[in-house]
Amino acid sequence: MNAVVTAAPVTGTLAAADPSLLLALPLQGALGAVGDLVFGVLLWLLEQWYWLMDWVYYFTGLEMLNPRYRFMHRAILVGLCVGVMAPLIGTFLVHRQLALIGDALAHTGFAGVAVGLFLNAVIDLGVSPYLTAVVVAMIAALFIELISEVTDAYNDVSMAIVLSTGFALGTTLISLNAGGLAVGVNQFLFGNLSTVSPQSAAILLVLFAVIVGTVAVTRNQLLYVTFDETAAAVSGISVNWYNRVMVMLTAMVVVGAMQIMGVILVAAMLVVPVAGATQVSRSFSESLVVSVVLAELAVLLGIGVAYYGGVTAGGVIVLVAVGIYVCAVALGKLQSARAGRRTPDMGSIEATGSEASVDAEGD
Amino acid sequence: MSPQDTESATAAGTAERPTAESDAAAAGEPVVHLADVAFGYTATPVVEDVSLTIDPGEYVAIVGPNGSGKSTLMQLMLGLLEPDAGTARLFGERADRFDDGERVGYVAQRASAAKEMPITVREVVKMGRFPHVGFGRLSGEDWAVVDDALATVGMSAFADRRVTQLSGGQRQRAFIARALASEADLLVLDEPTVGVDAESVDAFYDLLAALNAEGITVLLIEHDLGAVVEHADRVVCLNRELYFDGPTDEFVESDALARAFGTEARVLTGGSG
Repeated sequence: MNAVVTAAPVTGTLAAADPSLLLALPLQGALGAVGDLVFGVLLWLLEQWYWLMDWVYYFTGLEMLNPRYRFMHRAILVGLCVGVMAPLIGTFLVHRQLALIGDALAHTGFAGVAVGLFLNAVIDLGVSPYLTAVVVAMIAALFIELISEVTDAYNDVSMAIVLSTGFALGTTLISLNAGGLAVGVNQFLFGNLSTVSPQSAAILLVLFAVIVGTVAVTRNQLLYVTFDETAAAVSGISVNWYNRVMVMLTAMVVVGAMQIMGVILVAAMLVVPVAGATQVSRSFSESLVVSVVLAELAVLLGIGVAYYGGVTAGGVIVLVAVGIYVCAVALGKLQSARAGRRTPDMGSIEATGSEASVDAEGD
Repeated sequence: MSPQDTESATAAGTAERPTAESDAAAAGEPVVHLADVAFGYTATPVVEDVSLTIDPGEYVAIVGPNGSGKSTLMQLMLGLLEPDAGTARLFGERADRFDDGERVGYVAQRASAAKEMPITVREVVKMGRFPHVGFGRLSGEDWAVVDDALATVGMSAFADRRVTQLSGGQRQRAFIARALASEADLLVLDEPTVGVDAESVDAFYDLLAALNAEGITVLLIEHDLGAVVEHADRVVCLNRELYFDGPTDEFVESDALARAFGTEARVLTGGSG
């Protein structure tokens, strides 16, 4: 509530201060006003986050949280969001043997970035390359899904083709305008903590809200489709529809995480924490929670090491995540060795008792 | 148990069931209705010229050799496939547009669930309630139904076990519990006893008979002819087209089996046939 009330004046001052920021959504009229409002709310949220980080700095004295380094505050916020949404979506992907779709979509996201940079250079569109990346990756996601619906299987060949096409398109577009564009490409390929702008942090917050909201609403259906597609279809769930939702959400996660992870390493966040959680969890809900915890651990440790060690964050985060995964595998082996010793007695099938028990429950 | 006994038990069971759904079903609307159905994945038809009607409370087994189109026919009945010709109706609606999923419980062959996913038995059974709750949360009543279903198949002690750690038979019990938890009017089982230990198989068929006596329509796709002859009331024998559709004892006496299987197939009924 508070956020909405405060938003209007913030937007007003913002528009006066820097109109170029508001070009994030090149829309006009009422739609543009709504976009401005949303963007204002997000920037206000960002201010609150800075404030929170300042307090953490005063309490802990951690140099990387120094209020002079706003970019670090933003990078940590983006990292925390990625640490939630990547394993959240990744859990559903990994258990459908779709671990590589993240990689394919990241590379088409790179093509999207190239399209954005190209359009900005040629017709001075002024949109964030991440926005064009979201659009292109989502179109590619839908394309992969439709192919699989027609051919009746996700196959690694079509995935590989989409992956290479995306990357080829990206490099071609960038080389077309080599003079002006070569500058910023490393940032998209490998990710960069220091280049997370307020604008791209705002885009990420929107993606985060959409992804977490969608999964929260459709968790039952997504779980059923992931575990047993046929039974889900029999029970009246539109499997194709939820598959489409899933790949679109994947495209959003991948582009969101690209900012700090980079195109090449982004898929690791979808897969590695989930693989670790699978080793140590018994239930599905437990595996969701554990995978988010592992991902957050990897992100925070990775960002810390990257800051103090002066290395690329994406690589360190993935290395930490893999380290955690190895520990989880060891822990999982230990767990199952222990659990193997006790086995409960299996009850008998109550052929005659079922009627009585069902009736008793009906009362 | 003779067919007559089972029929009267079925009728009594249907009459006693208090829910509105079963009343509607008992009113005579066929559960499954196929008319001149044909289907082929390619130009060659897998199923051709099949017409049959399954009424509420029946216990029907579909048999046929490998590749005879049994599973395809089941998918047509459930609306997972759309017939190339003819019509398939489920509870009076076009099967491929049928969306009242809570009326159908489904147990697949073991192979389809071989996954390394961390999920407990209770979470699997919980899915049976999803058609009832939609986007919402399970209520206390839903959980009671889940626990009941677990108790019915004797898996209460395994409720918090990971499904991947279970034996084939235990896993299949969990899937049957999921179908039970959906409180469906029609139970469809695709070779449910593949990989299940012998003693569980007997108990499992007893359970199906008890459910059928309660008025639930049972549709069994089965490879084990002995089990079919011993348990089902009606047999549908299929090899691309219908070879036989009628009471089980007539099926045993007919030559449909030899014609459909094209070999010297014999029914091993364990002495009772």
